[in-house]
Amino acid sequence: MSDLIKIKSLTTRFYTEDGVVRAVNGISYTMEEGETLGVVGESGCGKSVHALSIMYLIPSPPGKIEGGEIWFDGRDLLKARERELEKIRGKDIAMVFQDPMTSLNPVFTVGFQIMEVLKLHLKMREAQARDRAEELLRIVGIPDARQRLDDYPHQFSGGMRQRAMIAMALSCNPKLLIADEPTTALDVTIQAQIIELVKRLQEQLGMAVMWITHDLGVVAELARTINVMYAGYIVERGNVMNIYKKTRHPYTLGLMGSLPRLDAAPGTKLVSIPGLPPDLIDLPKGCPFAARCAYRVDQCLEEMPQLEEVDGEQHTVACWRWKQVAGRKEL
Amino acid sequence: MSTGEKPLVIVRHLKKYFAIDRGAIIKHHVGDIKAVDDVSFEIYDGETLGLVGETGCGKTTVGRTMLRLYEPTDGQVIFDGVDLMSLNESKLRRMRQRMQMIFQDPYASLNPRMTVGSIIGAPLEVHGVARGKAKLNRVQELLQMVGLNPYFINRYPHEFSGGQRQRIGIARSMALNPDLVICDEPISSLDVSIQAQVVNLLEELQDKLGLTYLFIAHDLSMVRHISDRMVVMYLGKVMEMADRDEIYLNPLHPYTQALMSAVPVADPEVAQKRKRIILEGDIPSPANPPDGCNFSTRCPIVKEICKRDEPEIRELRPGHYVACHFAEQFL
Repeated sequence: MSDLIKIKSLTTRFYTEDGVVRAVNGISYTMEEGETLGVVGESGCGKSVHALSIMYLIPSPPGKIEGGEIWFDGRDLLKARERELEKIRGKDIAMVFQDPMTSLNPVFTVGFQIMEVLKLHLKMREAQARDRAEELLRIVGIPDARQRLDDYPHQFSGGMRQRAMIAMALSCNPKLLIADEPTTALDVTIQAQIIELVKRLQEQLGMAVMWITHDLGVVAELARTINVMYAGYIVERGNVMNIYKKTRHPYTLGLMGSLPRLDAAPGTKLVSIPGLPPDLIDLPKGCPFAARCAYRVDQCLEEMPQLEEVDGEQHTVACWRWKQVAGRKEL
Repeated sequence: MSTGEKPLVIVRHLKKYFAIDRGAIIKHHVGDIKAVDDVSFEIYDGETLGLVGETGCGKTTVGRTMLRLYEPTDGQVIFDGVDLMSLNESKLRRMRQRMQMIFQDPYASLNPRMTVGSIIGAPLEVHGVARGKAKLNRVQELLQMVGLNPYFINRYPHEFSGGQRQRIGIARSMALNPDLVICDEPISSLDVSIQAQVVNLLEELQDKLGLTYLFIAHDLSMVRHISDRMVVMYLGKVMEMADRDEIYLNPLHPYTQALMSAVPVADPEVAQKRKRIILEGDIPSPANPPDGCNFSTRCPIVKEICKRDEPEIRELRPGHYVACHFAEQFL
């Protein structure tokens, strides 16, 4: 399969009164056409900022994309003009956000908001756009689609709003759908509905999906490849089986241990990671995880490890001590 | 840890309806939101009872009504042999020393203008337990107990991270040596690695101080991890109640089964193989619950009788209670 998007040393910073927030610190990776990538990390690890950087939606000031390349469809998005970007955004690359209530406009009907995209990007006429909007709502599983077009967002439930957002994102058959924590605000039974929906749509439409989440459970089921992020770096990347079964980075290992498993033996203690993530304004010199890491050696405090390949199989890890981590089940 | 031991709390036919009033000047009662509708359970001394359910199922209202933070519409809460509903204000206040609460949002539940010392010391002062030097000592002891530096006593809540704030909330709830602590979604606003820290702390404190917990959450895997028994609620009613392993291995209610199957599993092998039960539709409004069984609008095995008659809660196995007309087929 060919490359859909290629990101090279992307760096995004925010210049705030308190100092420079180093949100994304030179990350590089490639996504193939039709691939599902899971981006996993905790609050403030840069997972959302990196996605917004791809869309060039970083509020500036204070934000600034300071370096790197994002190759999509034969051109570098970071060098493209705003007019060109407008043609790509919402059409070739679409995004679904965490909170469907704040990302839908409350004073326009859902139908209007879907039709707006169709008219803008695909130059559809009113009647044609209306038919297509109805079809889209039906595809994402909203009953009585024709009537619901005239509803306002507040008349939809949380799950339905997220479906409407997905309908809007799909309206121009995007090549890449970026889903930024799309199910975090939803209940588990509704989350299950949305995951099934995205899986089904991906099979039908063949688009690539980037699923950003803090939940290792959600991406275990969806993703083919996983990027684990910490403090603005990708610390481990590999196919889903390797990440879960042959974990090489102590942080990934800690994340896994923090999750209770429904099938765990009773009385098993959770393995928590001590301490807190570092302040992005004041990142330590060496590895950002070193302060919390049980495998730390002096070198970790001095020098940031680069991603290096382990075990062949396109599994990379940024850790000086991955050989010691290998095969461990817990920290 | 189940029957045979002495219940610390008995909740009998607890109801809490919130009135819906219309009219700007002359209000008239047009209906009720049945947030909690005839809920009964016991909490045994020293156990952790998990209360799970999705948004709007009434789990938080149960917790608050038990402490009479909301006046119940009907029903009894018997705490250590005393009916809380019969107590007057001052007797209730004295009783509340033994029942404390930890809240969901560590940002909203701590007064930003008070120092940590005065937040944790407040219950000691209100109940006249300690003042002056004794209070200071106790507060320092509490800080140490929850893993915070006693030196932080004069700091303000904004100087702490989410996980640390939740520790402050926990220290406050432990100040009066309570018997029962109601934990209302204490970890849902925290990051995964911090969640594990807080859950481990709660377990440690329980072992050390012999506490009884009512642990309210929507995260089924965390509830299963921490609980001895579990209660599953849906739309104001108890659907199922049993030992945690019993309910996990042999869920008898179709709602519990769907809920279990919707929980993401952080293991790609399991996640990609297992069969999910996807529920159709959304949770109905508690202002207008369906006739018959509350779950009938989404139930995969619904029959005519379910839309007409509300199922009684029945003990189908020792200690395993189910409210479903057709639960026998899963035995």
